[in-house]
Amino acid sequence: MTKYILKRVGISLITIFVLVTAVFFLARLMPGGPFNDPKLSEAARENLSAYYGFDKPVLEQYITYLGNLLSGNLGFSTKYPSQTVNQLLASSFPYSADLGIRALCLAISFGLVFGIMSALNRGNGIDLFFVIVAVIGTSVPDFIMGALLQYFFAIEWGLLPIAEYKGFAYTILPSIGLGFYTMASVSRIMRASMLEVVQQDYIKTARSKGISRFRVTWKHQIRNAIMPVVTILGPTVAAVLTGTFVIESLFVIPGMGKYYVESVQNNDYSLILGMTVFYGAFLVFCNMVVDILYGIIDPRVRVAGK
Amino acid sequence: MSELKSDRNEQTPQIPEEELTAQTVEEVQADPTEEDLSPEDFEIIGKNLEKMESISRPSLTFWQEAWRRIRGNRAAFISLILLIIYGLLAIFAPMLSQYGFDQQDAYSMRAGFSLEHWLGCDALGRDLWVRVWMGARVSLTIGLLAAIINSLIGTVLGGFCGYYGGKLDMIVMRIIDVIYGIPSLIVCILVMVVLGSGVESLIIAMVIVGWTGTCRFTRGEVYRLKEQEFVLAAQVMGEPVATIIIRELIPNIMGLLITNLTMAIPGAIFQEAFLSYIGLGISPPDASWGVLAKEGTKMLQVAPHILYVPAFFICTTVLALNQLGNGLRDAFDPRLRGTE
Amino acid sequence: MAENILEIKDLTFSFRTYGGVVKSVRDVSFDVREGEILGIVGESGCGKSVTSQCILRLNPEPPGFFESGSILYKGEDIVKKSDREMRKIRGTEISFIFQDPMTSLNPTMTVGKQIEEIFVGRKGMSRKEIKERTLEILRLVGINEPERRYKQYPHELSGGMKQRVMIAIALVGKPSIIIADEPTTSLDVTIEAQILDLLKDLREKMNTSIILITHDLGVIAKMCDRVLVMYGGKIAERGTVEEIFYETAHPYTAGLIKSIATLDTSKDHKLVPIDGTPPDLFSPPHGCPFAARCEFAMKVCYERQPEFHQLSPEHTCACWLQHPYAPKVDIMKGLEQEAKK
Repeated sequence: MTKYILKRVGISLITIFVLVTAVFFLARLMPGGPFNDPKLSEAARENLSAYYGFDKPVLEQYITYLGNLLSGNLGFSTKYPSQTVNQLLASSFPYSADLGIRALCLAISFGLVFGIMSALNRGNGIDLFFVIVAVIGTSVPDFIMGALLQYFFAIEWGLLPIAEYKGFAYTILPSIGLGFYTMASVSRIMRASMLEVVQQDYIKTARSKGISRFRVTWKHQIRNAIMPVVTILGPTVAAVLTGTFVIESLFVIPGMGKYYVESVQNNDYSLILGMTVFYGAFLVFCNMVVDILYGIIDPRVRVAGK
Repeated sequence: MSELKSDRNEQTPQIPEEELTAQTVEEVQADPTEEDLSPEDFEIIGKNLEKMESISRPSLTFWQEAWRRIRGNRAAFISLILLIIYGLLAIFAPMLSQYGFDQQDAYSMRAGFSLEHWLGCDALGRDLWVRVWMGARVSLTIGLLAAIINSLIGTVLGGFCGYYGGKLDMIVMRIIDVIYGIPSLIVCILVMVVLGSGVESLIIAMVIVGWTGTCRFTRGEVYRLKEQEFVLAAQVMGEPVATIIIRELIPNIMGLLITNLTMAIPGAIFQEAFLSYIGLGISPPDASWGVLAKEGTKMLQVAPHILYVPAFFICTTVLALNQLGNGLRDAFDPRLRGTE
Repeated sequence: MAENILEIKDLTFSFRTYGGVVKSVRDVSFDVREGEILGIVGESGCGKSVTSQCILRLNPEPPGFFESGSILYKGEDIVKKSDREMRKIRGTEISFIFQDPMTSLNPTMTVGKQIEEIFVGRKGMSRKEIKERTLEILRLVGINEPERRYKQYPHELSGGMKQRVMIAIALVGKPSIIIADEPTTSLDVTIEAQILDLLKDLREKMNTSIILITHDLGVIAKMCDRVLVMYGGKIAERGTVEEIFYETAHPYTAGLIKSIATLDTSKDHKLVPIDGTPPDLFSPPHGCPFAARCEFAMKVCYERQPEFHQLSPEHTCACWLQHPYAPKVDIMKGLEQEAKK
């Protein structure tokens, strides 16, 4: 098990390093510098470049950057000169994390329940209902889902606030908008997995033992069917977090996504770098946690070391 | 107790059973129908294997069989037809319309559905029917091309990795581990920022991250298949490796590859929509479904149909592709039928 | 003679499928006696597994359903029981050993837990007693270091050991009947012998009846007291082991015997396969299901189902060759050999 965890951590660190390097050099290739404002004089531009260290050789910048990263300093924003990337992240991350966690909890819990209900009622109306919900859910991109929710629940029926993030009622629509796609895919995977597992021989063994139907379903069927869902948790976290980009701009939530999109549009090198590294590292970390989690709940992985 | 039946449907009258268990001798009693039997009936005529063969179903080729199954799957078949219609409309609708896709009409800004403008107009008075199908050209092309290129790269690389194993395999797998670890949209965003917006950049961005899935999958399948006898036979006959991979291995995973391809297109369409939405994909006045949806969300409070129209086409296309993919998977792998 | 513990009468069990109704088991009747080993033999798809799973109602219902017949266990009809009532029988009255030990154990549950699960929801034993019983059973089925195995997961055990665990699961509830569905098919020959010896041993120690399902006549010869030969969802022949092997009455049984090699089989002796494939149970033939593959098939065989002929107190055979009108042939030799003479 220790070996398994160490291997996962190792791969994650390499991934983060590659990501940081790629982000750094790609950002240097971007067309248009950060100080493209035609109102700036040539001298002012050079001054700014020197101030932010853009006049030094790329390799030196790279090494400086790596050094900064190791000390936890993600750099400055060239667009919001008074703020460090760290400060921006500190103010925006809580919003994104809050939204992300809500959406994720919603998606996974409802997805699992829907999938299980669907599989246990295979072939009847309940199954059909959940299958249709899942099929629709996986066919609607999250920004369209968000916009539709806004239109109906906020504009047409006036049930919930249309935008911003100032209390529980405000969180409902963006969480659903963000989590719906994931919920639908979790439900599909869970349903398929449940139906696959129920055909396994060990379910028959369990039934032959004379234990209750509930126990067979809970301890044998669901316990094994949940494995494939765990494997997609990593990508799911990624999907939900990148989904925050559009959901945050749609619902005017001051989260990371909003800044990220802005930084891309403004060619704000440092901010792009900082944000991407943060996002990337965070997601790699999530993947790693999921992998380790998988090792813990599936005894086969634990021993084999994958 | 007699088990003689003159016909399967017409059971002979049961002889009353008094505590008949296997211990008590089961006597063969004179059966009423026995009279009909004559010694001629007991002439040995032997086996009739042909008759047996005739019961088994006619053999079909891989494609015939798949086609038959797809036609039998209503959802998949309707999806296929819908997609063909969308494809044709994307090609012809803009040509046949009197409006240009960027032609603005100040008098019909945000117009609803009407005979002049079938699907209404957007905020600048551009005809949505034409814009939707112009957008379809872009979105469908990107979806199709990205998925096909990904599959090609993934299949070839995965095929070689699975077949050879060793160092090549290890290196490619580590690369995939790393790419897989980075969220694909972030890579797409970075690439788009560097290359600028446009169809080519979108495809390149999607290919950089997209090939890994097919590659992993093909590698696994080839790894499994190469142990089997028909591959060994090909090796013994001295076929070159490339031939073995292309002629022996790929056809065996063709079904699954096509299924994966179908399932990958919705992903690409979603990504294009997403990137266009955050302003990195296609830039207006060019249209793509993502661009149209973005324009729609801005007008949501005033004229919701500007969002509904592209949303409808995005959703139905993705829905149809998913259903078709499911149908294909069931057609190629009947074991999974009905599980999803 | 020992008591009948299980009596199956006219059992017909079918499945509704996309292609129509499949009659997997047709008019099957047999009984199981206390302490005997009853073999059921036949090729794949002949209905032997479905029959055996009917006894514990393990076939999925739906799509499966009983068309007719009864299964009497200790005087009560299993066919009429609810799932809740079946639970009292499963595991403690009748237990089941499945074909493939590799897939028949839950991969996410420890071996010990899977054995102990039998006692979940049943009264009368403390946790400690249950554990002791489990360890004792593990020892009984020949697993060394039971304490260590108790905490292990199935993938940490070898195939033979997994099958021993399966047997332990079947035994721990002290059932009066064990149904073993091809218990050794997926195991090595040496392990197969060990497992079979173990089963035989257990029968002697605990006086359990065993229904042994197999396609291997060698296993039948080694293990069983009485044998049922099934073909196309029906019973073709039944009798004691001696009768089946030495007084073979059904051409299908003869075909099975001719197609296996024994130590006595000389090198130039050809094994005779049975040509063709089993009948399509979507539309079972009107006559004898085996007729199309039977070299002795007569006109009547294609038209009418054969009746059961009683050859001895134990020996019955469903074949028209037993009819007084039928020509006398030596089914072990075959027509060509006969003609040569």
